[in-house]
Amino acid sequence: MKTNLILVPAAVLVLAGCATSLSEGEAQQRSLSMMKSSFKAQGQASLARLDQDEVQAICSKYRPGESIPKEVTEKIEKAQFAAIKYPAKLMGNWQAGERVAQIGTGFQFSDGPSAPVGANCYACHQMSKQEISYGTIGPSLYQYGKLRGVSEPMQKYTYGKIYNSNAYSACSNMPRFGHNKILTEAQMADLTALLLDPASPVNQ
Amino acid sequence: MERAAVVRADNKDKGGNMLKPYLVAAVLLATAGAANAQNTQQEIERYRQMIADGNPAELYEAKGEGIWKQKRGPKQVSLEQCDLGLGAGVVKGVYAQLPRYFKDADRVMDLETRLVHCMVSLQGISEADAKRNPFSTADRTSDMESLVSFVTAESKGVKMNVSLSHQKEREMYQLGEKMFYFRGGPYDFSCATCHGEDAKRIRLQDLPNLTNAKDAQRAYTTWPAYRVSQSTVRTFQWRLFDCFRQQRFPALEFTSDASVALTTFLAKNANGGTLAAPALKR
Amino acid sequence: MADPMKIRAAMLGDKVEVKVLMSHIMETGQRKDAKGASIPAHFIQNVTAVHNGKTVLSAQWGPAVSTNPFLSFRFKGGKAGEKVAITWTDNKGDKRTDEATISA
Repeated sequence: MKTNLILVPAAVLVLAGCATSLSEGEAQQRSLSMMKSSFKAQGQASLARLDQDEVQAICSKYRPGESIPKEVTEKIEKAQFAAIKYPAKLMGNWQAGERVAQIGTGFQFSDGPSAPVGANCYACHQMSKQEISYGTIGPSLYQYGKLRGVSEPMQKYTYGKIYNSNAYSACSNMPRFGHNKILTEAQMADLTALLLDPASPVNQ
Repeated sequence: MERAAVVRADNKDKGGNMLKPYLVAAVLLATAGAANAQNTQQEIERYRQMIADGNPAELYEAKGEGIWKQKRGPKQVSLEQCDLGLGAGVVKGVYAQLPRYFKDADRVMDLETRLVHCMVSLQGISEADAKRNPFSTADRTSDMESLVSFVTAESKGVKMNVSLSHQKEREMYQLGEKMFYFRGGPYDFSCATCHGEDAKRIRLQDLPNLTNAKDAQRAYTTWPAYRVSQSTVRTFQWRLFDCFRQQRFPALEFTSDASVALTTFLAKNANGGTLAAPALKR
Repeated sequence: MADPMKIRAAMLGDKVEVKVLMSHIMETGQRKDAKGASIPAHFIQNVTAVHNGKTVLSAQWGPAVSTNPFLSFRFKGGKAGEKVAITWTDNKGDKRTDEATISA
């Protein structure tokens, strides 16, 4: 008799442990509503920033390094590529580009209306040899142009990657600078020059 | 680099025996610019050990103990009967088992959420007032930072042991994990963008992979910390708030559900790590 | 009255090692606030350490010293059980003295 009494509660506990994890759908739904109710608008950051677009919603399902099904990546890359807008002049001025690459402010709720908006490239990438304070979240871009040349297709590819990283690499960690209206056309052209111009410090 | 300034000032006195640390600090600063990343890491670690003595967080710990024992609020009662998870008034070791489910609130709570709860329930302070000033600014200091310093110091040397025995704790862990991978805002950032892979850094700041046990242990056990660049102790709620600011998200609300869920996820991932908080950071 | 200092004094061989953590804003006077106005200088100018009526350390500090300064020094002639008193004065005339007992 006594043994049964001990066994039954244990079994109930085991079952309870398994049953009380949230299902995938439930966890997804509750985490989204929890996010929305836990933030408040501040400065230039409205709550609308928490509304995910299709790319963000899909990419949230995959971890860094996890392989994403080919049909998913192809669909994203195709749609994102189709939305790229190119300027008349793809290559700007590399000196201005270096400044854009160095600036880390822009779009934070602590950034006032006069705060400059930059690409913050050095946060994630090595670029010029002189700048030793560089991050490693992204690949090194040192000698980017030297290794690739400065042909028109290469300019288009480079500008396109800056405009929308997901056009070439679905769920990339890199912000979509043009697609999400972070940088101006002139700034992106200046960055293209920073990467490709043979005179740029990146290619020395 | 602030510590070198202290020693520099001492050169003005007659002793002169402080020159040695000054020279060592100068050499450290010079070699920190060397191209060898591994050597840089070692030198930074050496510098950290040298300045570990005299952590201003100790001033906050002392202040926090005073606030803990002070009669406050409409009920004029101290926080000394506050139950932080190991019984009323028990402070030793509590940080290692937070966040946890609290029956009286029917909610999973991290340290800061629980302190707010005690201010409201024991001292009669309104929730709005208790949450009013979580992070020190140039104009006013935050009592919360001192209280957190005091409580976490009482868990120094204790191994993290967050338990997920309650259903709500398990749910918070799951939800926290989902939020960790949530891509959003104009830059498409998630926590994982910076903290989801091994051996990455942003500029020259090493980034722990918070999904990797060893990195998570080392990272979580050094918060709260006196941030020299902030001239104050910063807590884990602040760390999350400031991450989201840099991710271009709107403002994370103090002690919100998302903040507790993420803390549950990260604290549990750090289980087994030995607490060294309040620590000292740049 | 400013927040108390944290002082630790212990015998280290035949010397006394003293470590002091001071609570002070150490405002340089060079910074500007959000509106562009200068934040007035407010920093410790003098530090003295006294043992058995004798000054064992005297320091003149300037704005280069960081917020919440940490000072560590050694002196000869002290014994466990005796007291060391640290005093700081700042450019606004604020003052603080705290003392500690030398441990073995």
